[in-house]
Amino acid sequence: MTDELLRLDGVSMQYGRGETAVTALAGVDLRVSRGELVAIMGASGSGKSTLLTVAGGLTPPTSGEVIVEGHWLSGLSARQLATLRRRSLGFVFQDFNLIPSLTAIENVALPLELDGWKTRKARRPALDALKVVELADRADRYPSDLSGGQQQRVAIARAVVGGRSLILADEPTGALDSTTGEVVLKMLRGRVDAGAGGILVTHDARHAAWADRIVFLRDGRIVDQAEAPTVTTYFDAVRG
Amino acid sequence: MSVRQSLLAILNQGPCYGYQLRTEFDRRTGSSWPVNVGQIYNTLDRLERDKLIRKSEVDTEQQNTYFEITDAGRIEVENWLGSPVARSTATRDELAIKLAIAVTLPGVDIAKVIQIQRTATIETLQELTRTKNATDNPESSEQLAWLLIVDSMIFAAEAEVRWLDHSETRLARAIAAGVASPIPLNTDIPKRGRPARAISHD
Repeated sequence: MTDELLRLDGVSMQYGRGETAVTALAGVDLRVSRGELVAIMGASGSGKSTLLTVAGGLTPPTSGEVIVEGHWLSGLSARQLATLRRRSLGFVFQDFNLIPSLTAIENVALPLELDGWKTRKARRPALDALKVVELADRADRYPSDLSGGQQQRVAIARAVVGGRSLILADEPTGALDSTTGEVVLKMLRGRVDAGAGGILVTHDARHAAWADRIVFLRDGRIVDQAEAPTVTTYFDAVRG
Repeated sequence: MSVRQSLLAILNQGPCYGYQLRTEFDRRTGSSWPVNVGQIYNTLDRLERDKLIRKSEVDTEQQNTYFEITDAGRIEVENWLGSPVARSTATRDELAIKLAIAVTLPGVDIAKVIQIQRTATIETLQELTRTKNATDNPESSEQLAWLLIVDSMIFAAEAEVRWLDHSETRLARAIAAGVASPIPLNTDIPKRGRPARAISHD
């Protein structure tokens, strides 16, 4: 098991060709290790969401390499790529993306079942994942019976079920009020502290501040990074 | 400044002596606003002068002078809690002034100035968030008071980042519209201030 969960090497992404070509990413290098949450910030159109789809193997980059848990995505067949996505990656979206006709636990178990697990066998890890997000008592509820915050916690459980270790979250708090959003981020942070890794795309500085590292994108390029100081000098100063 | 009203509100709970007031103020504000004993006694002098408090007993053994609130003081506390804190309308914000000046200077990369600040502010925000996360479930009123202050600092830092984002967009638009050129020094000396005198060396 490697500590490096994700590596982007010189990743560029262009849409279209010739004069109308749009560069969404231009030579992005990025690493995410176990226990590390990296936030991506930038204005609309800066390439944040493209970065996430490329990192998640949903779209191949125009150039550069994406390496997930040591696997070079460019060397994988479509089938291998789909398997890697199911086993290694978990996505969390702004609008939760739960299947309305499935209960919470069925939603969480779904990636395992897609991976060939028997329904009964998948129930145990799904329930464990729901316990982590403190929703075991809502396991048999349908999404429509859950609040927005609870639905997003189910989505986080689904993203980490069965030991998947790289969480890719695109504005996961966008549809939630401030306090609920914070609960969701705390859960995300908890998963990362427990050994996962994650990318959090957000335009909200207060939410990005939960990350260990914040990467600023402008016009598809990383223009700066912020890193939390390891010693709390600032607070020691304030508190005298 | 609200130290005066804060001390008065604490005295509304019962008589206190100076050092005790400092301790009470500290534990209710998470020591986030350091006040020294000298400031406490100065404030007490003024409160006494304004007849909002008066000296009560003296603890002869410990040499502590206790102060107690007057009826006028109680009314002042009620007024304080019932009215908004006035914010100054004139900006004294160092960062706003810095950007305003920088935008008028030739050869300054404002986008970079903004980014440097954004990174620094977000690092502060990360630190505040960690601090808060460490005591997010308050177990006492003191911790709750402290969290309220941390939250206020978090929201202020967030507002600053949002303002920086906004300024960056505004700047990009201004550059596109061709109205972001630097302001050169005005060579017509303004006719104000000390009048020019002819210097003679005769």
